[in-house]
Amino acid sequence: MYFYVFKRLTLMIPTLLGAAALVFFLMRLIPGDICTLRLATGGGSINPNVVKACRLELGMDQPLLMQFWFFIKGLITFDFGRSMWTGRPIVEEVGLRFQLSLQVAIMATLTAIALAIPLGTISAVKQNTWIDYLVRAFSIAGVAMPSFWLGILIILAILITSKALFGSPWMPPIKYVPIWVDPVYNLSMLIWPALATGYRYSAVATRMTRSAMLEVLREDYVRTARAKGVFRHLIVRRHALRNALLPVITIIGIEFAFLMGGLVVTEQVFNLNGLGKLFVESVSNQDYTMTQALVMLVVAIFAFTNLVVDVIYAWLDPRIRYRR
Amino acid sequence: MNFRRGKFGAFASAALLALSLSSALGAETPKKGGILKFVVPDEPPSFDGHRETTFALIHPIAPFYSVLIRVDPKNPASTTDFVCDLCTEMPTPSDGGKTYTFKIRKGVKFHDGSALTAKDVNASFQHIIFPPDGVQSPRKEHFHMVESVSAPDDETFVMKLKYPSGAFLPALASPYHFIYAKAILDKDPHWFEQNVMGSGPFVFEAREAGAAVRGKRNPEYYHAGLPYLDGFEAIFAKTQSLRVQAIRGDQAAIEFRGLPPKSRDDLVAALGKDITVQESDWNCLLIVTPNSRKKPFDDVRVRKALTLALDRWSGSRDLSKIAVVKSVGGIVFPNHPLAATKEELAALAGYSSDIKAAREEAKRLLKEAGAADLKFTLANRAVDQPYTIVGTWLIDQWKQVGIGVEQKMEPTAPFYATLENGAFDVALEFNCQSVVNPLGDTSKFLPNAGDQYGGFKDPELSKLYEAMNRTGDVAEQRRLMRAYEKRAIDEEVHNFITFWWYRIIPHRSYLKGWNISPSHYLNQDLSMVWLDK
Repeated sequence: MYFYVFKRLTLMIPTLLGAAALVFFLMRLIPGDICTLRLATGGGSINPNVVKACRLELGMDQPLLMQFWFFIKGLITFDFGRSMWTGRPIVEEVGLRFQLSLQVAIMATLTAIALAIPLGTISAVKQNTWIDYLVRAFSIAGVAMPSFWLGILIILAILITSKALFGSPWMPPIKYVPIWVDPVYNLSMLIWPALATGYRYSAVATRMTRSAMLEVLREDYVRTARAKGVFRHLIVRRHALRNALLPVITIIGIEFAFLMGGLVVTEQVFNLNGLGKLFVESVSNQDYTMTQALVMLVVAIFAFTNLVVDVIYAWLDPRIRYRR
Repeated sequence: MNFRRGKFGAFASAALLALSLSSALGAETPKKGGILKFVVPDEPPSFDGHRETTFALIHPIAPFYSVLIRVDPKNPASTTDFVCDLCTEMPTPSDGGKTYTFKIRKGVKFHDGSALTAKDVNASFQHIIFPPDGVQSPRKEHFHMVESVSAPDDETFVMKLKYPSGAFLPALASPYHFIYAKAILDKDPHWFEQNVMGSGPFVFEAREAGAAVRGKRNPEYYHAGLPYLDGFEAIFAKTQSLRVQAIRGDQAAIEFRGLPPKSRDDLVAALGKDITVQESDWNCLLIVTPNSRKKPFDDVRVRKALTLALDRWSGSRDLSKIAVVKSVGGIVFPNHPLAATKEELAALAGYSSDIKAAREEAKRLLKEAGAADLKFTLANRAVDQPYTIVGTWLIDQWKQVGIGVEQKMEPTAPFYATLENGAFDVALEFNCQSVVNPLGDTSKFLPNAGDQYGGFKDPELSKLYEAMNRTGDVAEQRRLMRAYEKRAIDEEVHNFITFWWYRIIPHRSYLKGWNISPSHYLNQDLSMVWLDK
């Protein structure tokens, strides 16, 4: 097992290097540059000498391969450098956003697990009954409805309902405060995006749980257990669910990694100062260093999450063995 | 003031009433205390006013700094009133209009407790006008008329000009010209990019990366009794709909940049008397730039046909209902003493009220130029307000004279790359300025301007501009401005104007003491703002 984990960690290196090369060169294919953008969007005249000085300051006059080497060297030494847009250390810029994204991802995952596993199981056990139809409708609606759109509906519903109830509209806070500073304020802000994303997330997981459970419930060992007179709820909980969870865990893992950097639009809707919003801003600002660092962070999160999922597989299903 | 009619009429009337009340309450005694929360559409790249050009720096950072002179905060709508901030009185120039001597207030302190003197003012303007190597100063060119700056003693700051210029004082009143401490600038000219230390009405408290900037009241502010607020919190919110909902849900009292008419109407409908609306012409204009390097746009007849096809007067009426544009004008901010009157405008191509005749003329010119079946692509920014809307309107206008146009919308960075590379047929772009300074602002139309993308040569136009900037006589400036304007957008049609923008600020009615100005860069130190809660 230890060797397997070591091997997987080693295999991450070419993945990370490939991602680094891709993001570095793809970013530079986008027309325009950060200096023109910073000076032109102010609306006044642009002094070409100032643009030149800006490019010089940011090292954009260096040959491309040299710039790539500095980037790779930085990655190896964990020195991500400074944001080209703000001039501040990338670690500092990402730090605050990371904790917010992590909290939303955890809250959305917990929401999804709390909904998906019971609903998916009930739906499978009560296949083709009204309960099953209801759960399927609920999950199909979740898959079909984009989280950001649901987010907009949630905000509007809160505004309208609060005005109807209290006379003046109330809106969830739009500025993040860490949970250890003010838990009520923090939750009153983050509960809504967690619900919006958690619902879609749960819908995918519910459908996966249902189909996996249906498959397992038809297995011989389940039939044998039934024939032996084991209680139905024990068959479902001990024999079926544990085995059915394998693909569900995969989905949960992938979605969790996605939530860490992929909540691009939902973060805009709720003004969440997370990694997704930072991603959009750094790409649109042509902030190469920040975009590169964020891509590498997300790639690392995906690779690490996949590793964790594989380890959980082994724990859930002892038949799975990792050999040399 | 112009509100949408129809189903929002009642709400608009309520807002109008609220605004009138607001004016009447100008006589009210301001209340001290409270934290003002407002939303800002972007986060500034750095904290350095001398280096940045975006309004996103002004809204959260200007309250921390003093400036030498500024637009009158009591009458920011005026385009010609400038008053002292750090100086004691506006100077009368000597030496035939070439020397300005400013007396600096005594007893002003920076937030770290050190004294602010003329030496600091001098160091700040040296940093702006004569920046050291490696320091970016995008407004350096605004001071082309300045020969030297000096501080002979702690209370005197002198600016010597090479020639008298009407563009000088408005350039000096730019809200970006923060006064920095000389001691810090001497040690590190880049220090203010990442740090804040001024002498303004508020003291910097914190910046939360990507989220907010907070400031608290400066108890030692030199304007007696100000500021009224205990502090402020500028919250960065990129999405316009969220900013509107934040005002609606009282997570923010105001957004100082400007919102479209629909958002104003929605807020008025939802909040009634709790919302107040202030509106003004905006010192930003949408410009069409044909690429003179490309055929057939190298032919003035084709360029002229493009401007003749536009029915600006009806366009203004219709578009102002859905977009942040309104006034029809020439190259100078409407109603400024140097701006063209309606009669003068009517004499320019594309401004006639007889649109039928203008379009017939456009068709004739196109036919004469061999471009009767002209088709081209309009390069535009992929930004809804007002670019996409006005771009779509342009397509319809040009269709009326038989021109087929496709609109290519690009995100901001690629759009500017397209302009810089000259890889376009016709582009819709903008010119947005802070202090209304027609002598400076109209440099955009020069062939060698840094942001002129038309790719033409016109020494005559440059000569007119130069002459206009070197005369102190206002009547002569006006005459030359008409000639410059006629050449730029009528005779040669290197560029032409669509509309001037229109600034709409709906804000919570409890916010008092803030008056709209023609620019979202001006009057933002928040010292006179108070909360009626």
